[in-house]
Amino acid sequence: MAAHASEVHHHAPPEGFLWKYIFSKDHKVIGIQYYLLAVVAVFTGMFLSLLMRIHLFWPNAHIPGMDGDFTPEKYLALMTMHGTIMVFMVLTTAPQAGFGNYFLPIQIGAADMAFPTLNMMSFWTTFISFACLIAAFFVEGGAPISGWTAYSPLSTLGSISGPGEGLGQTMWIISIAFFCAASLMGAINFITTLIDLRARGLTMMRLPLTCWAWFITAILSLLAFGVLLAAGILMLLDRLAGTSFFIPGGLVVSGVQQTGHTGGSPLLWQHLFWFFGHPEVYIAIVPGMGAASHVLSTFARKPVFGYRAMVYAMSAIGILGFMVWGHHMFVSGMSPYTGFAFSLMTMAIGVPSAIKTFNWLGTLWGGQIRFTAAMLYAIGFVTLFVSGGLSGLFLAQPSVDLYLHNTYFVPAHFHLVMGVAAIFGMFTGTYLWFPKVTGRKLNETLGKLHFWITLPGTYAIFMPMHWLGLAGAPRRYADSTAVSYLPALQPIQWFISIAAFITISAQILFLFNLIWSLKFGEKADENPWQATTLEWTIPSPPPFDNFGGHEPSVYRGPYEYGVPGYVDDYLPQHVEPGKLATGSA
Amino acid sequence: MAARSGQRGSTAVAASLAILLVLFVGITLYFFIAKVWWYPPAINDFGREIDAQFTRTFIITGIVFVASQLGLAWVVWRYRSNGGRAQYVEGNNTFEAVWTTAAIVLFVGLGIFGRTAWAQLHFNSIPQGAMVIEVTGKQFNWIFRYPGADGKFGSILPKYITESNPVGLDDRDPAGADDVVTLTLGVPLGREIELVERSQDVTHGFFVRELRLKQDALPGMLIPVHFHADVPGDYEIACTQLCGSGHHRMRATLKVMPEAEFEKWLANEKANQ
Amino acid sequence: MPGAPVIDEIEIPPSDRGSGGSSSAEPPRGYGGGDGRGGDGEGSPFPRSASSRRVYYTGIWLALAAILMFFMALVSAYLVRKGSGGDWRAIALPRVLWLNTAVLILSSLALEASHRAWEREQAAVFRAWWATATALGLFFLAGQYVAWRELAAAGVYLATNPSSSFFYLFTAAHALHLAGGLAALLYVLSRDWMRLRATAGVAAEVAGIYWHFMDGLWVFLLLVLTLGR
Repeated sequence: MAAHASEVHHHAPPEGFLWKYIFSKDHKVIGIQYYLLAVVAVFTGMFLSLLMRIHLFWPNAHIPGMDGDFTPEKYLALMTMHGTIMVFMVLTTAPQAGFGNYFLPIQIGAADMAFPTLNMMSFWTTFISFACLIAAFFVEGGAPISGWTAYSPLSTLGSISGPGEGLGQTMWIISIAFFCAASLMGAINFITTLIDLRARGLTMMRLPLTCWAWFITAILSLLAFGVLLAAGILMLLDRLAGTSFFIPGGLVVSGVQQTGHTGGSPLLWQHLFWFFGHPEVYIAIVPGMGAASHVLSTFARKPVFGYRAMVYAMSAIGILGFMVWGHHMFVSGMSPYTGFAFSLMTMAIGVPSAIKTFNWLGTLWGGQIRFTAAMLYAIGFVTLFVSGGLSGLFLAQPSVDLYLHNTYFVPAHFHLVMGVAAIFGMFTGTYLWFPKVTGRKLNETLGKLHFWITLPGTYAIFMPMHWLGLAGAPRRYADSTAVSYLPALQPIQWFISIAAFITISAQILFLFNLIWSLKFGEKADENPWQATTLEWTIPSPPPFDNFGGHEPSVYRGPYEYGVPGYVDDYLPQHVEPGKLATGSA
Repeated sequence: MAARSGQRGSTAVAASLAILLVLFVGITLYFFIAKVWWYPPAINDFGREIDAQFTRTFIITGIVFVASQLGLAWVVWRYRSNGGRAQYVEGNNTFEAVWTTAAIVLFVGLGIFGRTAWAQLHFNSIPQGAMVIEVTGKQFNWIFRYPGADGKFGSILPKYITESNPVGLDDRDPAGADDVVTLTLGVPLGREIELVERSQDVTHGFFVRELRLKQDALPGMLIPVHFHADVPGDYEIACTQLCGSGHHRMRATLKVMPEAEFEKWLANEKANQ
Repeated sequence: MPGAPVIDEIEIPPSDRGSGGSSSAEPPRGYGGGDGRGGDGEGSPFPRSASSRRVYYTGIWLALAAILMFFMALVSAYLVRKGSGGDWRAIALPRVLWLNTAVLILSSLALEASHRAWEREQAAVFRAWWATATALGLFFLAGQYVAWRELAAAGVYLATNPSSSFFYLFTAAHALHLAGGLAALLYVLSRDWMRLRATAGVAAEVAGIYWHFMDGLWVFLLLVLTLGR
């Protein structure tokens, strides 16, 4: 920290391509860098899932470029990398570090993040982490096969326990360790910025809900990633230095007795991992909640219903998120009494989630809904969050979870609620803020087409997984006909694969729209959506120092839409009360 | 001018979105209620208890699901832009209090209700006279061990594990002489079974759909569970914890037989050992 | 409430607050805690230059929270692992650790002495105490190395037993964090007095907070290692 002490914000823009676009300290450039990293990662992750679906559909398919047959271990490697890339490199980067970096300082009226150099380091550390993860595909033995949860001892015994468990798994852990460090740097930056750099008059209860979401997410990151880092170091030592934190004694793997280890606890890894892992779920989804609330209010032309309740609900989700990790471990041999306590805490998370849902409906109620692409995705977020969230009530109960745990019901649940819902949060953010970032709107027709394929497509992929799960189909099977009752379910697998193929193909539309609109999109002025928050008071794209060296003042809450007696149906945060009279109807 | 065409567009979009949501709710409900793909019938009262809790959960979440999705469809349709002004409403504390209370009662109440099923498996002590069977997970199959006539398992050690001695029985221990090691889990009908789970290498997951029973087998731990099966037949045992490249083919069969048939089967297994 | 004059209800912010860019070197009070903006009343009463100093205090406390979570994870792993395996053999802790601990506490005291000198604006005294604290910190690290060598000489290595694994891990992780603190102390030592004063001693204070925390953390870890054996 102290190393930055002399570096008070200097407001001269940097010179030269390298310092302007690569090693930039400008929060806007870093935000875009994170976003682009997430776009590369999300297409990589989707491509991997497509290969998995092809394998389940057509087990003997020969994939061009893949050495030899599509073996089970290749399937598991794809699955592990799909999960890791999506959870870390997409869901943790774009919604928080991407949009947050770009818009948090602007929405609070600041010129930059609190620690620009730290911000740059945070991005490049993430980049190293991503590169390291992708490199795991190309090392001897290939990528790890132990899933994104990397349960020990499969993940700790080395290549004897499976292909990819050698160097590939080591690369995976190193990548995760880098990612933890990067996330911690980011979290410190976000929280400090929000606490210390708010504009005059911008009290906590006048913050846009996006800022609240980034703030709460940053706190979760700050408290969770240190634990994962510690767990990762323990795992690395088990693998490389012969310690026995997670490896018990007396193991016989592939007929070879493992003599180097004694007494380690595989459960310990699960506890540490899920202590991080459950807050991580909220790290992924809370920024989406913020973006959805923001967009719903903007395009319903109405204040957010129950602003304070929204803030309290998000905070409650964040706090409860640290007390429920055990619900991932109902079948792990944990004390049943502890399990029951975890279960009740988890059911309790349903309460703030329900509050949020009702408030979203309340926000739309009585509104004047404008169906922009951004709005469609925000509404899509709400329906996905409800569908995915409710299945959580099944999994949260240990008795019902006994049947559903590690069946397809689980991927159905989490893909809807934290995967696709969070991605919809990113879409809604993209359609909303693209004009601010680039000065041009995304093509609305393409955007809507993209939505009309993606929402039904998503449901077509993930709803049937519930029925697979109910029928008892275990997840993470390289062969979807392996167990006697599975072949009867194969039609569902085919249906999912086809739906996935169509939905993934439709994402090309999005990519095309991003590139096309950058050059040919309709020009956007300062405030194309007639919105109220501070980002719409500065030019599109914003200048280097955001507010041109002056500090904006804020006079009211973030969602003053449809204020009776005022001429416009939106009343921006920065308009001085004294100047309102002239505009009055 | 622009506002007018915007209104027409908004009606079409609102209608499509509302219809899409209604269709989605309809299709989802159909498949859940018609039970096109569903869990198989349970083969003991514990399983039926879990099914009852599942049904309760399904009814509550189903009502919330339908209400919120159709509510969303309705507001999307009803409050599409018509060029007017939205109602200026910032919230309503009474509503907040009502739905917070409702959510607490429903969700937490449901959780407390589900305690019985969980308690049967895990809180209640294993009944006296239960028959003890040991199950060992290894990459990639399940091995079962019966204590034999003496009712005692012989000691095992990792160093004795070979192809022909898959659990590593110590042949100097007389208690192990009559142990029966099998690759199928045969159990007598209706008899209470205590299954002691262990693993030789990585973490595995023992799952029988019809028993509604799932428990991970962790290396370094002995984890007991108990069950009984009331319907004779063969049931699939699958592995439900990722254990390596052969995870999907790690399977075995649970054979539920009348007592006499079971004795014959066990003797036969012993003879073939 | 259609037609209600909502505009009248909108809070009117305090009319004016000193223009930004004031370079008054008024030192922030406390360690970044009371910022006076927690409530709903007002926004920042601080000019921008003050808030840009304040971020270093907020930042360091957040960093310490993250570091604390990291070590708490290690400590809880220690306690769980100790109770789980049945293979735990307590190791004899090297005696030099107690000397090291004393040295580290002295280092913190020296830093406090230098803080007092700062307040009395005694440049030379400040530097002397600061240098002492830094030297004691280096001495501590060297002492930890001696402790490692002692254990190794006794045949106790990282993988010998879980208790030794945790011992090496705790000491190494702490030493690494402490080395960061040393770099900060050296940085402050390398700055001249006027520049330190100009930034209201932010660097010195932030480095001090970190250093005291590392000191406390070490005492805590040592307690875990001795009482939790």
